[in-house]
Amino acid sequence: MKSFRVSVHIVPRKGLLDPQGKAVADALHTLGFQAVGGVHVGRHLLIDTTATDAAAAEASVREMCARLLANPVTEDFEIAGVSAS
Amino acid sequence: MKFGIVSFPGSNCDDDAVFAATETLGQPAVKLWHKSHDLEGSDVIVLPGGFSYGDYLRAGAIARFSPIMREVAAHAERGGPVIGICNGFQIACEAGLLPGALMRNAGLQFLSMPVTIRVEHTGTHWTSQCHEGQRLTMPIAHGEGRYTVDAATLERVEGEGLVVFRYVDANGEPTDDANVNGSLDNIAGVRNAAGNVVGLMPHPERALDPLLGSADGRVLFESVLATVHA
Repeated sequence: MKSFRVSVHIVPRKGLLDPQGKAVADALHTLGFQAVGGVHVGRHLLIDTTATDAAAAEASVREMCARLLANPVTEDFEIAGVSAS
Repeated sequence: MKFGIVSFPGSNCDDDAVFAATETLGQPAVKLWHKSHDLEGSDVIVLPGGFSYGDYLRAGAIARFSPIMREVAAHAERGGPVIGICNGFQIACEAGLLPGALMRNAGLQFLSMPVTIRVEHTGTHWTSQCHEGQRLTMPIAHGEGRYTVDAATLERVEGEGLVVFRYVDANGEPTDDANVNGSLDNIAGVRNAAGNVVGLMPHPERALDPLLGSADGRVLFESVLATVHA
């Protein structure tokens, strides 16, 4: 088994009202960043795990997302990276 | 009729629920520690309000994996009455006992205030003594109470009459102003298909006595008593 660090992004599902993201976008507009079109606030998780290879580590984290880390009703997730550690 | 009230680390309305069972209804109640595997003969299960596991990850997300939840799910499957109040509603949704999810309030603020809800469905264990359209005033106290569900499920929830309570104004109308947290279709509470499991964001266990501003919460507990004894 090898050690891996898997990076996951969890964000509010597209189309759902994201009041937190909107509040941050409004604040950025107030600061003068008028070019900002939208902001979505989510979570970033770094998971240290062992697996036979990178693909297995990713598959395992995908299952973790489906079962606990993301709520399928309200959130989407993406594996941002898998690195040997 | 024995009430079992689940205590998760961070639950803070479990004693209120015990009070509802014992002082208001005169029924025995037992607190069930979340790590237990035993409902101790409880006929009715209350998932109380609070901030189980500090709302880490998502409200209710970790509590649903507490050992006792397996027993609660089996109890619900057998048709046993379960109510999820506030954080308990969030836990019931995360556990798949009820459809949907609760998200951050649309206005981002934590809301602690009385609200008026309208009874939409009286065919549940928890609303059998209500009449349809009855208005109840109860407190809310939550930051994540915006009921959300995907479009297909919303169609089913509305189509099958799974909505039990809606936020309404003084005239009993589900207006945008009355929809304090921005829930879809003003939904304040839902049920499962069988009607034995109900979840809601408002706190009936904090509305048991006119001295506390409202006694409108009593009817939910009286309903479950009547249903189980029937």
